[in-house]
Amino acid sequence: MLEAFLASTIAMATPILLAALGELIVERSGVLNIGIEGAMLVGAFCGLAATYFSGSIALGLLAACAAAVALNALLALLVVNFAVNQVVAGTAIDILALGLTGVFYRQWFGVTGSAITISPMRPIALGPLARIPVIGPVLFDQSALVYLAFALVPIVALTISRTRYGLELRAAGERPEAADALGLGVYRLRWQALMIAGVLSGLAGAYLTMAYANTFVEGISAGRGYVALSVVIVGRWNAWGVGAASIMFGAAIALQFGLQAFGSAIPYQFFLALPYALTLIVLAFMGGQADAPSALGAPYPRA
Amino acid sequence: MGATLTARLAAVTRSLGALAIAATTIAIVLLLLGASPLAVFADLWRGAFGNWLAATDTLVKATPLVFTGLAIAIAFQGALWNIGADGQLVIGALVAGAIGPALGGWPHPIAMLAMIAAGAAGGAAWGGLAGWLRARREVNEVISTIMLNFVAVQILSWAVHGPLMEPSRSFPKSVVIAPVAQFGFYLEPSRLNLGMGLGLVVAVGCHLGLFHSAAGFELRALGRNRRASAFFGIPIARLTMGTMMLSGALAGVGGAVQVSAITHRLYETMSPGWGYEAIAVALVARLNPLAIVPAAILFGALDNGSQAMQRADAVSPVLVNVIQGMVIIILVAFDALAARGIRTTLWGGAEGAGGTVATGAAAEAGDA
Repeated sequence: MLEAFLASTIAMATPILLAALGELIVERSGVLNIGIEGAMLVGAFCGLAATYFSGSIALGLLAACAAAVALNALLALLVVNFAVNQVVAGTAIDILALGLTGVFYRQWFGVTGSAITISPMRPIALGPLARIPVIGPVLFDQSALVYLAFALVPIVALTISRTRYGLELRAAGERPEAADALGLGVYRLRWQALMIAGVLSGLAGAYLTMAYANTFVEGISAGRGYVALSVVIVGRWNAWGVGAASIMFGAAIALQFGLQAFGSAIPYQFFLALPYALTLIVLAFMGGQADAPSALGAPYPRA
Repeated sequence: MGATLTARLAAVTRSLGALAIAATTIAIVLLLLGASPLAVFADLWRGAFGNWLAATDTLVKATPLVFTGLAIAIAFQGALWNIGADGQLVIGALVAGAIGPALGGWPHPIAMLAMIAAGAAGGAAWGGLAGWLRARREVNEVISTIMLNFVAVQILSWAVHGPLMEPSRSFPKSVVIAPVAQFGFYLEPSRLNLGMGLGLVVAVGCHLGLFHSAAGFELRALGRNRRASAFFGIPIARLTMGTMMLSGALAGVGGAVQVSAITHRLYETMSPGWGYEAIAVALVARLNPLAIVPAAILFGALDNGSQAMQRADAVSPVLVNVIQGMVIIILVAFDALAARGIRTTLWGGAEGAGGTVATGAAAEAGDA
């Protein structure tokens, strides 16, 4: 019971965490990436399609990343080079991704009743660790993407706070004019951030279809990209905070499944709305912009 | 009224050009997928305008887009990036659908007005919440409206599974609203109703308010330069609140009209994404309230035609989403290219300090 809940929490938290770490890097560079939902969606679809046609998990993961990177490249062209409004461009990317994945799914796999399935990514047990009661199977008998997601938390945290690259990234997000004046290349930094986020949201999408659902339905990302946006805010633009917030939101979603199964008196919609409502409450109490990068969302047209 | 005829023509040309490029690209994609673009476009047209019934239903499907499109246009004119028209429409529909069954015995026009007022109130509350967070707590309205969309959907779902569920409790839907609260159809079997007429009136009202009132002038000034507006004493917080409430009210009326005219009760899903589609509508209309109506009819026609296309060509109706997304991307790219060499681009002002999301200049429609 507890074990199932914890396992479900980790399963729900992983795609959110992967996407949110990408979003964190992008936002630290000064770009608000609303298109993250779309990048997850194309990752989910292309990962499944490539695995289905090739039979190879590795090719599936590669395709998922490539597709999400391509979509983010389009977004980067718009918001970095053309300096268009990031909200409008990101929303367009989301709408486009929903349409493209839907059309291609219908065209390649038809509408017939049974959904296509693949053999999913297998969990990898980490030797004796996996045999620890309760936490063993929860933490150490998971798919490779779970280990990757959680290993990335300290890596991203230290990269942003302790490395030269992290400093440059933060400069682009806080004072783009100053960063450019120092020759750091704001366009380059924001492009790089969006490409890294492309890989991570591609993997987040791939997790949904290749490790969790093993199939695809239209709009399978179901708002998880937007939850990742919340996670970055609730985590106060910090990788450790993002990790904690992902687990918290993962637990809220897992709790909803559990309570539904046991016929709880609390309506399940309450838990579905919880991540979003929680974000609003956090924002209302902490003030929206206190910890946000100063130049977040502001287009930076180079003179 | 400073825009010259040439500038207006250029704006119209850009909108039509964006549609043409989107259509061409989609034709190529369809060819690659092995479908015939000509057949698909022909079926889209047949489904949208092929006969009297199809054409009138295009107007019916365009009606919610008129209201959400106006909601987006008004907010974007003030550089308030309201992504929450969907949630505002849902809450408007919810409030209208909740009071609708209780209106039995009321005079017909009063009951219909009550529905519209309920929708406006619900939408205004939902939009106003985001406006309050922006004005008083410096919360980015993009994030808050996205979050409020998801919360709204869950509230509706809870309502039709719980307190508002029909007595037989077999399906997640609410009780039918009182007949006096229903709009009724003209020229049946068409589903033409008061909604589109109301939309036209509201569009004219928005145009007058935006271009011929002091508040409209202040709103457009806010959209163009927030810092200068503050300097000239424009009450930014009040204007932000008011605009978000008005924007929400417009979307909420769209929801109430849908309940009064078409569904007559609440279902778990009240919007197929009209609040997001409205962004494409508003951009094609260059944020000009009068142009919202033809732009909404265009996208309503695509929605309506996609049903026929789906049946005849086995192409997913979400092809319409591809068109919407592409039109937005091409239009903003056009604007950026047209503004090249100018320090401030159309969709993104150079100003941005204080963490606002692209406190950019509003579209050139502001000159009209």
